[in-house]
Amino acid sequence: MSTGIADLPLWADALVASLLVAAAGFAFVGSLGLAKLSDFFSRLHGPTKAATLGVGGMLLASMIHFGVRDGAVSLHEVLIAVFVFLTAPVSGHLLAKAALHLAGRSLEGDAAASPAKDDYAN
Amino acid sequence: MTAAVLPFVTLAFVAGLFLSAYRLLRGPSAPDRILALDTLYVNALALLVLLGIVLDTKLYFEAALVIALLGFVGTVALARFVLRGDIIEPR
Repeated sequence: MSTGIADLPLWADALVASLLVAAAGFAFVGSLGLAKLSDFFSRLHGPTKAATLGVGGMLLASMIHFGVRDGAVSLHEVLIAVFVFLTAPVSGHLLAKAALHLAGRSLEGDAAASPAKDDYAN
Repeated sequence: MTAAVLPFVTLAFVAGLFLSAYRLLRGPSAPDRILALDTLYVNALALLVLLGIVLDTKLYFEAALVIALLGFVGTVALARFVLRGDIIEPR
């Protein structure tokens, strides 16, 4: 396979590879939880944690890769990591509020699109 | 070593994309679909960073940053629309 992957020292290569595998595992498990869990509030907790850990591992791998290749600290990734880590809880909170709002409305008879099964609706 | 794990990593992220697309199309409620879109853009961002590592270029970080910004704004706007019935409320 002819990729442009730079020749890193063995320790950096091993570190990058294991971080990539960990990130892929977390992201896959998060998306699997999103697809497989049974109600909205369980589905919410999968991706908000696992997918950000996946992005975090990927960005850490990228930092090590470019840092070792250039011999200087690579700070582009920190920008993305800080942004994703700040915004993931905010959007999770807003989605939970929206789902609770819809669940409350379905209690008053408008049961067309209740996201939560009855455990959460009261 | 990175080249050896690359197919597995790419496959895992693409499977994540397909799983969240499944939830996006099927999701019984509006918050489910918004959450699926959120996961979709986070996975796409990670894939873009991976492409940057594979092609050994820093060109893709700006694109990843733009995806992160617009994805967050989109999620907040959609959640607010579900919550309040309006994104920017009239006075």
